[in-house]
Amino acid sequence: MISLQKISKFFNKGKPTEVIALNDISLQINKGEFVVIVGANGSGKTTLLNIIEGSQLPTTGTIRINDQDVTSLPEYKRSRWVARVFQDPHNGTAPDLSILDNFRLAALRTQGKNLVIGINEAFKKKVQAKIAELGMGLENKIGQAMGNLSGGQRQALTLLMSAMDHTDILLLDEPTAALDPKSALVVMNLANKLNRELGITTILITHNLKDSLAYGNRLIHMREGKIARDLNSKEKTGLLLPEIYQWFE
Amino acid sequence: MSQFYLTALQLSICLGPMALGIFITMKIFNIPDITTDGSYTLGAVVTAVLLTNHWSPLVVFPVCMLSGAIAGVCTGLIHTKLKIDALLAGILVMTGLYSVNLIILGRSNVPLINMHTLFSGFSFFHTELYNELSVALVIIIILIFLLRYLLLTDFGIAMRATGNNPVMTKSMGINNDAIKIIGLAIANALTALSGFLVAQYQSFADINMGIGIVITGLGAVLIADALIIWMNITRIGLQLLLVLAGSLIFQLVLAFTLAMGIDPNFLKLVTAVFVLLIVALPRMSQQLRGSISNNGKT
Ligand SMILES: Nc1ncnc2c1ncn2[C@@H]1O[C@H](COP(=O)(O)OP(=O)(O)OP(=O)(O)O)[C@@H](O)[C@H]1O
Ligand SMILES: [Mg+2]
Repeated sequence: MISLQKISKFFNKGKPTEVIALNDISLQINKGEFVVIVGANGSGKTTLLNIIEGSQLPTTGTIRINDQDVTSLPEYKRSRWVARVFQDPHNGTAPDLSILDNFRLAALRTQGKNLVIGINEAFKKKVQAKIAELGMGLENKIGQAMGNLSGGQRQALTLLMSAMDHTDILLLDEPTAALDPKSALVVMNLANKLNRELGITTILITHNLKDSLAYGNRLIHMREGKIARDLNSKEKTGLLLPEIYQWFE
Repeated sequence: MSQFYLTALQLSICLGPMALGIFITMKIFNIPDITTDGSYTLGAVVTAVLLTNHWSPLVVFPVCMLSGAIAGVCTGLIHTKLKIDALLAGILVMTGLYSVNLIILGRSNVPLINMHTLFSGFSFFHTELYNELSVALVIIIILIFLLRYLLLTDFGIAMRATGNNPVMTKSMGINNDAIKIIGLAIANALTALSGFLVAQYQSFADINMGIGIVITGLGAVLIADALIIWMNITRIGLQLLLVLAGSLIFQLVLAFTLAMGIDPNFLKLVTAVFVLLIVALPRMSQQLRGSISNNGKT
């Protein structure tokens, strides 16, 4: 499904400020897997997602998605397979557009945006029904500007939006960092459901170590741009919270 | 005297397409595009040459818009493909267009008196000005209607989102570069349409007629924007109508200034000061109220 071969990413290469964000990473992720990534700040987690999604190009190495070499394919073309929830809640939605407009774009992520008016009553109903599942009471605000919502609300909606159109891969970068405990649970359950029911290959970055145990069937620990640990479902099951804490010592 | 204000009304409608174009680049795409000065003159120049060669105004109409669109595509390509600042890209194309316009026109001024124009083709009223006014009005109303439709379509949502959050649109499968180029093409086609209308209304095309015209459109959009924020208008059709209203208010202020007997040489200065006031007043009043300039949007 996703295959990274010898990926490195340098920032400010050759300058005194040079950073090696990813250091010769090779990684194979299979269809339907739910991979959780943990690691200290600056260990390269977000950069890894950026490289899969295409918003950043690797310095060296190749990426394949569905057996196709996508290393130099621009981000907007990779969105055919990849949906994403950004670390920053402001990145995932257009603030001045209504919730409905945002959902309309999401529903067309893999399709053409044509000269037809696509927002009709049926579409509104569909969006309202989806949003109602969140239980945040946002279903009656679909005409409002996205920017009026809180960061957590926007983040939850971004996750919903990523499932509006077909997607093979879901990238979640600390999706619950800005959410209160109840909303966080709603969002995590939704992500879990998308993975289980639709078989969407999911990569979740989290600093919540409890979540890293509770969700997913593979756990990767990143340190200084490298994969320090890669635990499969079985190894992960026996893992205890204090052990993971020790990784960060 | 009322004739005086009717003239301002007519001019504001003729300049309306340009204001709508600037609304698209500035407010929808967040791009400061000043190709305007060049593409406005381009529209007028193409009109003058083709009308002089006895082309039908109805054919000249789309040809003019096409010429403006090409200018917009040039700015768009320079901006997106060569990664050059939009302002500089606009200045480059505008500067280049001056020569292009001069070559097309052949000399610096071409009169269009007693020529078959768009305005002379219709005679709903006895008064010439009323005829001109009604023709221009029909055009601008159709235009606003079409633009409203465009912005409400799926493509229009993509346009609006691109200016609002380009990070998001890329992840939504939108080619930001392509859509910006299309936006600049539409905007400059509209600007050329204003050149087409004004040339026929004033019965001449002049190589210098576009100098500083961008500020007129900018003023209209800034007035509209102030009204949109003040009245919290989210409906796109109304926003477009307010741009037209902004154009009218702008022309009325200029007409009023002239009526007060101010030396026409000062007109550009008055225009600049007026635009400065529109931009500065809301900020100054905000500072007076001691509030931080944050509309809750980030
Ligand atoms: N655009 C950039 N320019 C320069 N350095 C960068 C850039 N983006 C990331 N880096 C650096 O690359 C390294 C990895 O950053 P990255 O954002 O991937 O970390 P992360 O694991 O997501 O951290 P966090 O947990 O804080 O989100 C950091 O040292 C960071 O400073
Ligand atoms: Mg990160």
